[in-house]
Amino acid sequence: MLDYTTLRVIWWALLGTLLIGFAVMDGFDFGVAGLLKILGRNNEERLVLLEGIEPTWEGNQVWFILAGGATFAAWPMLYAVSFSGMYFAIALVLLAFILRPVGFNFRGKVHDPRWASLWDWVLTGSGLVVMLVAGVAFGNLFLGVPFQFDGDLRMSWQGGFFGLLHPFALLTGLVSLSMLLAHGACWAALKADHTIAARAVKVARWMTLIYAVLYVLAGVWVAYGIPGFAVVGPVLTDGASNPLYKQVAQGGSWFASYMQYPWFWAAPLLALVSAVGVQLLINRRNVAGFIASSLMVGSTIASAGFALFPFLLPSSIDPRSSLTVWDASSSQGTLQLMLLVTIVFLPIIILYTSWVYRVMRGRVTLEELRKAHGGY
Amino acid sequence: MIIDADVVTLSRLQFALTALYHFLFVPLTLGLVWILAIMESVYVMTGREVWKRMVQFWGVLFGINFAMGVATGVTMEFQFGMNWAYYSHYVGDIFGAPLAIEGLMAFFLEGTLVGVFFMGWDRISRIKHLLVTWFLALATSLSALWILIANAWMQHPVGAAFNPQTMRMEVTSFSDVLFNPVAQDKFVHTVSAGYVLGSMFVLSISAWYLLRGRNVDFAKRSMTVAASFGLAAALSVVVLGDASGYTVSLNQKMKMASIEAMWHTEPAPASFTLVGIPDVAQRRTIAAVKVPWVMGLIGTHSLDETMPGIDELVGVAKGRIVQGIQAYDAMLVLREDKNNAQAKATLAAHDTDMGYALLLKRYVDDPRKATPEDIQKAADSTIPNVPVLFWSFRIMVGCGFYFIALFGLSFWKASKRQLDSQRWYLKLALWSLPLPWLAAEMGWIVAEYGRQPWAIEGVLPTALGVSSVTSGQVLASLGGFVLFYTALAIVDVTLMLKFARKGPDGLGIWPPLSSSTTVGH
Repeated sequence: MLDYTTLRVIWWALLGTLLIGFAVMDGFDFGVAGLLKILGRNNEERLVLLEGIEPTWEGNQVWFILAGGATFAAWPMLYAVSFSGMYFAIALVLLAFILRPVGFNFRGKVHDPRWASLWDWVLTGSGLVVMLVAGVAFGNLFLGVPFQFDGDLRMSWQGGFFGLLHPFALLTGLVSLSMLLAHGACWAALKADHTIAARAVKVARWMTLIYAVLYVLAGVWVAYGIPGFAVVGPVLTDGASNPLYKQVAQGGSWFASYMQYPWFWAAPLLALVSAVGVQLLINRRNVAGFIASSLMVGSTIASAGFALFPFLLPSSIDPRSSLTVWDASSSQGTLQLMLLVTIVFLPIIILYTSWVYRVMRGRVTLEELRKAHGGY
Repeated sequence: MIIDADVVTLSRLQFALTALYHFLFVPLTLGLVWILAIMESVYVMTGREVWKRMVQFWGVLFGINFAMGVATGVTMEFQFGMNWAYYSHYVGDIFGAPLAIEGLMAFFLEGTLVGVFFMGWDRISRIKHLLVTWFLALATSLSALWILIANAWMQHPVGAAFNPQTMRMEVTSFSDVLFNPVAQDKFVHTVSAGYVLGSMFVLSISAWYLLRGRNVDFAKRSMTVAASFGLAAALSVVVLGDASGYTVSLNQKMKMASIEAMWHTEPAPASFTLVGIPDVAQRRTIAAVKVPWVMGLIGTHSLDETMPGIDELVGVAKGRIVQGIQAYDAMLVLREDKNNAQAKATLAAHDTDMGYALLLKRYVDDPRKATPEDIQKAADSTIPNVPVLFWSFRIMVGCGFYFIALFGLSFWKASKRQLDSQRWYLKLALWSLPLPWLAAEMGWIVAEYGRQPWAIEGVLPTALGVSSVTSGQVLASLGGFVLFYTALAIVDVTLMLKFARKGPDGLGIWPPLSSSTTVGH
């Protein structure tokens, strides 16, 4: 059996991998949905955009389900505290996730422009909500959220939905939104009819620019305006998962881990280089722009996770209750078993997902669409 | 910390409603996908176009239902964290794993392949498409397997122990969790119920076409598949339902006694109460019609083992509460001093009873200070809602036997090629459509409502599992679900009816129109 410390670090990395998997794979679906009304000028064009994500969005969304399930299994406290504490924010995301499958399926089932338009708005709205709330939630990780544990490790939360809307969190919400809209536009440039793709290229450039500015701004804010958290006293990396066994102080810098592990700088650098990459490489002919935006999305999330390390969820009202990599995980046995299962199945998932993308490859053109449908 | 009783009630209500709602769509997905796989196999083997069109037509209905199943399934995954945070913390170490494995092994495959199933007809070879359909079917049943492994652990929590340092249950043996006998029985019983439901869906709608004289060949072929698959499934659901009853009687004696409204222990072999009116206040069953021996046979698979009645089980619970208090006391000592040998020994001796001490938390903040009255109240609280279980069980079982008869008749008529010879039969098949849903929902009630007051049988009382949210928050989300789910149900049923009415002829699926058509998404 691997030692507990190593397993925890691996599962921290895997949690990041799953979140990145979700953001890269499902992020472009959300981005396309969010841009539906901007890139698609009429019902037919919107249908082209939707057909570009329709065969694969469902599989992509499983990255999110899996990230949720894996958090439950490997970081049960993180799952319990974040989902119950941010109750209404999570409910909003849940609403979006319920509406997407039915939206994709039901939209074409009634041939009426009002019906199609209704579901277009539903898909756009659910896309925007998830992209924004995900970013706002990440912002709140840096600020700390108001929870504490009692001796039974029952959590209580002091604060409501609006407490999450700190200006910094709104900024990270916009970082997430612009980043994923850019990512979605890069997909549309690759997949949609040329007239729409040309528009998507422009949108991708603008969104990437906005993203880069906001991302740097958020970084500066973190450096100068937001005190970091640090575990004080001895750090037991393989002890029992009980947050109350440690002491935490707030007041340091979130860049402390970057100083400790200089290679962490690779993530924010890659994020900005990729943003430049999107500007230079995006066109309607090749996949390079999309690869660049994928790297941008992945490294942005990694850069946030690195800064927080070893914290998963800091507490603003009782820093000692903060969840860290060292005291919020499942037992060693569970982490080990789940790692084995992941090692076996993740490659298989990647294999058949690639096969499906290959089968469903190719641009969705208006001409084809008109041939196949009556316009719906 | 005293738990807010309103939060508990509202959270339970929300969970029950969203789970029952989710379970309207899941069994249809489970069953219909295999019927699609069978039809497509016939298409690939015979090369006859009509079988492909059958897959495409039933596929349209499958798609509408699949979307609803996926949508309402997300709620289930979110809800443990949102509304059952202490539960999630307390048992996430064990319960989370099968849910995550379900995602890795089954749902990923399902979600990825479903797009190819609908949109890949012209992009891959027949054989490859058939494989996609088969893997899709396999993935849905695998999905059920992992969910039921998780659920079985709630009914019969094996392979785990309490850790006072982390204040939660932790895995001691994964193979015990995986090979939980309850999981195996539940899995086969539940997927069989889904197969029955899927078969009834195809049988009833096809019967409607035959009553109208529409799509005759198409409907007869569909009915033949449904009758054969449905008969096998109906036999399996009853036989394995019996196995399920046997494991319940081994592990959840109180649930079994309540289903049977068996207030007092009877000499072996116990008789089965066919019908009667359970009287909760007097702890007796009025106007009971009893069949001798049957209950003893179902519950113990023997003639000489006694089955304990509710009264006796309340007495057992009382004893376990008293033992549990000692374990609870030892747990508190160990929390402060993890090396205290005496406390370790006490906890080791009584840790399986600690959950019973937690039952007291509804009445007293510190179980160690419980009065004899508190202990009596806690012991009485282990009795689930007897009349509801009694009737839910009987409705479910009655439906089960009816399905064997109906599918038996259908199979016989199909083999005689007389499916459309009698209108009464077609009407019967049509109007039987809601019954498998009724049976499935009743089954859920027996299994889950019958587990009360436990979230995890004997380990964690449901009332302790809730999140530290306000009743206002839960009321708001519950109200949201009711409104939103009702709206979705209306849309879903409208679309289902619309496409079923249109039929393969109205949709241009069969007989094929001259120009090529795209169908199915």
